[in-house]
Amino acid sequence: MSAMPFGRVEPQALFRYVLRLGDLNLVLGQRLGEWVGHAPALEEDLGLANVALDLIGQARLLLTYAGEVEGLGRDEDDIAFLREHGQYLNPVLVEQPNGDFGQTIVRQVLIDAFQLEMYERMHASTDERLAAIAAKAAKEVRYHLRYSSGWLVRLGDGTLESHARVQSALDALWPYTVELFAEDELDRAMADGGVAPRLADVHAAWLTRLDAILAEATLERPSDRAHSWHGKRGQHSEHLGYILAEMQHLQRAYPEARW
Amino acid sequence: MSEDSRQWPLYEVFVRARGGLDHKHVGSLHAADARMAIDHARDLYTRRLEGISIWVVPSKEITASDPTETDSLFEPARDKIYRHPTFYDIPEEVKTL
Repeated sequence: MSAMPFGRVEPQALFRYVLRLGDLNLVLGQRLGEWVGHAPALEEDLGLANVALDLIGQARLLLTYAGEVEGLGRDEDDIAFLREHGQYLNPVLVEQPNGDFGQTIVRQVLIDAFQLEMYERMHASTDERLAAIAAKAAKEVRYHLRYSSGWLVRLGDGTLESHARVQSALDALWPYTVELFAEDELDRAMADGGVAPRLADVHAAWLTRLDAILAEATLERPSDRAHSWHGKRGQHSEHLGYILAEMQHLQRAYPEARW
Repeated sequence: MSEDSRQWPLYEVFVRARGGLDHKHVGSLHAADARMAIDHARDLYTRRLEGISIWVVPSKEITASDPTETDSLFEPARDKIYRHPTFYDIPEEVKTL
């Protein structure tokens, strides 16, 4: 039998899967970072930056691990800053523009609830490294959801204006959530190997959790539509290019810059 | 104090650093409600492991002593040294007094 250093899954498959997890955090962390200096209040500036830093921290752990699994000597910075557009495997939802504060909050609730359900199940992963990262990240994400859902309830159940804005953000972003739960052969291989939870289980729990928040926020859940997004497979919306240009500029202009 | 109606209300923040210690006043912040005040306090005042418990209190609920009455409120205690337990011999073994 050929050596399978990572349990019951192929290293190449595990590498791609860990990139999916890591890129979600990296791209969303970068997006949230755009709020620094622009949030509606100083306190929110710090709140959003805090979430962004947690996400970048999770990205570092995951991308470092991805580099080790790949075994080609790439570290977290190489992977974060020196890949091309099509090599990023984050879902398209996290690269969507921040919009107004309400739209950022809606996107955050959708992702926080997703990450929480993922990480809570990944505690039991057969991959010890992922189990450990998930245990640490779950604590952070539980707070992220507390923060974002608190705001969604405040805005949804707030004024006519704030309600209308978050409802329209929810309608606009909802189609991108379908991709999160569309299981492909990589998701299936990870679930079969006990590395990751089944997306169907995550989806059911996510909907239950989300419905409770939306009910409190007096918001209506849009219906699912067929989607054509495949960020998890490296096919992105036009927005990712701009994020990467900004994020990678320094590394590409001054390779291995330190300060 | 004039309050800008577009500004969120002010909250005073108290943080307990460790179990067994009391909550200490650490500062204030703006928040729309108490839950948001706790979230903000967590992000602003416990980023560097400063605490394990937070209290927030609307600043307007705090009644303060009047600075112009400082003399009558606090001065009279000054010459009543017998209120300090300084007339006891403390055994050497007692370290933390």
